[in-house]
Amino acid sequence: MIGALLSVLLLLAMLIAATMGFMKIPVAEVVAVIVHKIAGFGAVPDPVAAGIVLDVRLPRIIGAALVGGALAVCGAVFQAILRNPLADPYTLGISSGAAFGASLLIVLQVFGLVLPASLSIPVFAFAGSIATLFVVLALAGGARRLSSTSLILSGVIVAAILSAAIGFLKFLADEQVGIIIFWLMGSLSGISWINIALLLPVVCCGLVVCLLFSRELNIMAAGERTAATLGVHTARLRWMLLLVCSLMTAVSVAVSGIIGFVGLIVPHLLRHLFGPDNRRLILFSFLGGAILLVVADTLTRAVLPSEVPIGVLTALIGGPVFCVIFYRRQRDCR
Amino acid sequence: MIAGRPAHVSGALWRLDRIGFGYGGQPVLADFSYQFEQGCCYGVLGPNGSGKTTLLDLLCGLLVPESGAILFNGRPLADWRPRALARQVALVPQEFAIDFDFSVRMVVEMGRYPHLGRFEDLDERDHALVRRVMAELAIDGLADRPVNRLSGGEKQRVAVARALVQEPAVLLLDEATSNLDIFHTLSILGAVGGRVRARGLTVIAALHDLNQATFFCDRLLFLKQGRLVCHGPIDEVLRPDVIGEVYGVQAKVVYSDFSQCYQVSFRVPEGGC
Repeated sequence: MIGALLSVLLLLAMLIAATMGFMKIPVAEVVAVIVHKIAGFGAVPDPVAAGIVLDVRLPRIIGAALVGGALAVCGAVFQAILRNPLADPYTLGISSGAAFGASLLIVLQVFGLVLPASLSIPVFAFAGSIATLFVVLALAGGARRLSSTSLILSGVIVAAILSAAIGFLKFLADEQVGIIIFWLMGSLSGISWINIALLLPVVCCGLVVCLLFSRELNIMAAGERTAATLGVHTARLRWMLLLVCSLMTAVSVAVSGIIGFVGLIVPHLLRHLFGPDNRRLILFSFLGGAILLVVADTLTRAVLPSEVPIGVLTALIGGPVFCVIFYRRQRDCR
Repeated sequence: MIAGRPAHVSGALWRLDRIGFGYGGQPVLADFSYQFEQGCCYGVLGPNGSGKTTLLDLLCGLLVPESGAILFNGRPLADWRPRALARQVALVPQEFAIDFDFSVRMVVEMGRYPHLGRFEDLDERDHALVRRVMAELAIDGLADRPVNRLSGGEKQRVAVARALVQEPAVLLLDEATSNLDIFHTLSILGAVGGRVRARGLTVIAALHDLNQATFFCDRLLFLKQGRLVCHGPIDEVLRPDVIGEVYGVQAKVVYSDFSQCYQVSFRVPEGGC
């Protein structure tokens, strides 16, 4: 019921987002363009409008939905697995790894290194985040049980080292430092259909895996011992879901840069509204995160006078919202 | 004196043969052999660090012994798949805590997990069982409350209900009533004890309080520094010399007509502890 409502909201948000921008295109025409493209019937739309909708706006809107959904789902899963309400998709240092990869490439280019075009920023960001993930898992996995404390601690340590390294790269970049800073703030403006072809399968498969194991995630909340004596393979489940979610996050970060707070706020807010049952929460988080990022991206793209980096916007909106939720909860608990 | 009966005795549930276990080279259990029978209520007693919790963790497969063999229902414990074992053995830990605001009903329903297929949901029979067990432990009125807002006694009853809904053949209680007042202790032990007598449930309870053990258990195992010091029916092993050896205190054992069980009273031995 709530799921259906959120799905409708998401589709509406995407549709309205497609009408907005430098050139206003009526809803009817957007629908006509999409129907003509997919089903091949109906009136032949205006080629300019069709070009804007299909090649410029839709990839970005779909990309925003996929990235937002993926980040929110990963946030929900990380919070459940790490048993820490402050966990988000970046807890294991994935964002720092991606930022390091991207900064490294930018600096290399500043120094005049010519690389093949296929080795773009997303590729470096992805490689950086995956490498970081394995270092963190190797550090924490020494104890084999992969306890949440050792995971979080390893993530913090590795992220701290990487952020120092990024600082050094910024220093090296000198006057070109703006490119690094802008990437770090996140943006969906560069998303093309090629990115969607990468995002869509990874995010969809990841979502299905998370949904399949949502019941086990609920049981994990009761603690390692209880979960294990109920027949849950706790260590195997941890490894698998951490890997799946890290992949989803790495792919998202690679195409969009670092967009904070979505993974932290959305699961929190939805848990607050609809309860902690992961069988519902994961799907709701996907839809909620998708809606949030589509709306936020449309704001930066079409409503605000100049394009604000979306990572800044989500943090500026998300931060205070989080503060309010947090304050209310504290007050209610008393 | 450490001797399990031969394996062919009917009703043998676990057979532990010269088990050894330690953390980082520090032995916790050593040369431990015993046989647990079905339908019996065992009390595992001993001072802090004597290996009680480790023994329970070994029995339910959370820990793997470094040496020796554990058979459960005639099969090596390591060959049991976790879900199959979970349909036989349930554990109630000392303190039950859960992240996030899961309701009492949801936590109790988790007990059905090992009985459900991946795409299967609770059916009418499961729901009826959940309701019945919640009523039995007097937590049916709390069904929609978040577990984390309950008192310690209520939480622990939720944990016991979750374990009973698992419909296990064996219930392991790891000091499950240590933090509770006497009323809640007796009501939990009463609900569990009823199932031992009525349905042949087997209970293995690690306990701190000797008087709870005498109230609740048929047989006692005394552990000291990872070794089985003494075991047997209460009237055979609950002796001042055994208690003195295990705990290092002076004890007096009397049968209480009022409680209808043995009661132990203690004092510091002459010359101090």
